[in-house]
Amino acid sequence: MKPEDQESTSVAVLDPGPDKIIGPGHDYGSVTDEIGGVVFRPFLRTPPQMFIGFAIAFLLVNLLMVAVTWLFLRGVGIWGIMIPVAWGFAIVNFVWWIGIGHAGTLISAILLLLKQDWRTSINRFSESMTLFAVACAGMFPILHLGRPWLAYWLLPYPNTMWLWPQPRSPLIWDVFAVSTYATVSLLFWFTGLIPDFATMRDKAGNPVAQKIFGVLAMGWRNSAKHWARYQKAYLLLAGLSTPLVVSVHSVVSFDFAVAIVPGWHTTIFPPYFVAGAVYSGFAMVLTLAIPVRRWYHLEDLITMRHIECMSKVMLATGLIVAYGYGMEAFMAWYSGNQYERYAFVNRMWAGGYWWTYWILILCNIVIPQALWSRRVRMSIPAVFVIALVVNVGMWLERFVIVVTSLTRDFVPSSWGMYYPTIWDWSTYAGTIGVFLALMFLFIRGLPAISIFEMREVVHHAESHVEPTHVP
Amino acid sequence: MFPNLYGIMAEFDNPESLLDAAHSARSAGYRDMDAYAPMPVEGLAEAIGYRSSWVQRMVLAAGILGACGGFGLCWWMTVVAYPHNVAGRPLNSWPAYVPITFEGMVLIACITAVVGMLALNGLPQPYHPVFNVEQFSRASRDRFLLCIEATDPQFDPDATRQFLENANPLEVIDVAP
Repeated sequence: MKPEDQESTSVAVLDPGPDKIIGPGHDYGSVTDEIGGVVFRPFLRTPPQMFIGFAIAFLLVNLLMVAVTWLFLRGVGIWGIMIPVAWGFAIVNFVWWIGIGHAGTLISAILLLLKQDWRTSINRFSESMTLFAVACAGMFPILHLGRPWLAYWLLPYPNTMWLWPQPRSPLIWDVFAVSTYATVSLLFWFTGLIPDFATMRDKAGNPVAQKIFGVLAMGWRNSAKHWARYQKAYLLLAGLSTPLVVSVHSVVSFDFAVAIVPGWHTTIFPPYFVAGAVYSGFAMVLTLAIPVRRWYHLEDLITMRHIECMSKVMLATGLIVAYGYGMEAFMAWYSGNQYERYAFVNRMWAGGYWWTYWILILCNIVIPQALWSRRVRMSIPAVFVIALVVNVGMWLERFVIVVTSLTRDFVPSSWGMYYPTIWDWSTYAGTIGVFLALMFLFIRGLPAISIFEMREVVHHAESHVEPTHVP
Repeated sequence: MFPNLYGIMAEFDNPESLLDAAHSARSAGYRDMDAYAPMPVEGLAEAIGYRSSWVQRMVLAAGILGACGGFGLCWWMTVVAYPHNVAGRPLNSWPAYVPITFEGMVLIACITAVVGMLALNGLPQPYHPVFNVEQFSRASRDRFLLCIEATDPQFDPDATRQFLENANPLEVIDVAP
């Protein structure tokens, strides 16, 4: 077969059904060709949806450029933030993006340790999602600094003033947690790609592509000794990433929980933030995987089994989040603390943002309950819509936590309302553009499904054809 | 000893044959060999006599160093470099250092896992004799290769070739250095 044989990419485009993680008739070569074929398609044969999607994303990137330029010129006053709501959209978006990233690490690390082999065809995809989501998240606290060009002041480095950051503050923990998370996500993603770079190098017909993939593969030659060390390192990365992912969103929640603002000062925040992060992340994986699977005819690699498993994880984490909301409200009442109680009265009906709370409950708790039904889980449009609804719901959750709590402080004289400006919205939309543009480029330029792990799946599927009864 | 030969390579189309061939090569006394497969094959590294636990040892050491570094940084910043009396609490407020200690451990351990794995594998390595073999590009697709290297004391061009032929491969190829 020629390296760029177009026919090779069109193997059985047939959904193998809900119990299979790979379509029938696949062998080592066909999975390699099908996944590699996406990258080696001629430029003009890219699905038209990709061009349209990228064009929209690119427009949003430009919007971000404008918004950020204006921010640098005029300062954070162009946003709607003021006292008491000094943390507006920037922090809402930061938490939202970081949360989205968490599903990627969960899929690639925790499901690897739990030997859930259905993760294989979506792990690369969701790791990339993590990387790009963390990139978007990282922008917000820096832009929010007021003087973003001094962002390096957050790091401990010897300076002429001999000033050091305060390591007892959750905000500094956040600097360490998020930068570690970004670095480890990048390492994990790149390590997973090395053998696939080698595959692409060997498959490339175009000498330029061959050189690029060759440099990235660093001379990987699929040696058994290399694989042994590689697997060990990969497993260790997974083992280290698992507590890391929990720590990152816990630290993010400490930004709130350690403060004394009513509505923030709650011990349930760390676990409920982590569950919420996984919830929104799985919603985002589904939002992205469903269209891509269709455009590139990958139905036999990302099967209904994957969609169903992800829907179930979404349902389960959604219930944990629902428990979190319930406990928050219960503790507000049970504690007897009048500020805590008022924070909830304000959230639910007395404050100016009461409707955001109820839309959040509708999006995060009520609508996803439809996933209990197998018919809904097996329906692609239904799952896609629910995933979008959860994305919106989780954004609103952060809005309710950050903004609604801040509008009503202890003293009524310091109450206020926050109204986002066009620049708040532009910056937010702009990061969605950055995220989508990077995702589109990634899907076009790199193997979006881990090829070598799919070959392992084929290997296991083959050895299970004739079941050997090992006691 | 054999200036024009890096080794002799046998090509298989399934991992089980490769595994069998590797086992028999090892029991026939060959030591310097390597196997190439498009994915990790369970037991293959052991079959060619690979044993090493350097990756995990390096990661353990790095994790301990990273944790000490993280804690040490916090301690030094708050106790030595910039002591700050906050409500009369002790300067060495170690519980608050836990998150940074943990992140330091993870960061250094992960970097070491990746860099250490690549270094032990001798990567980046732009040139390797096995790339001279035409079929080798399929080692990243659907071919399983076993190469007995000329540095092996038992290596003999004819006998080794005959030995590999007996394993019933698709082809046996000489690898130029």
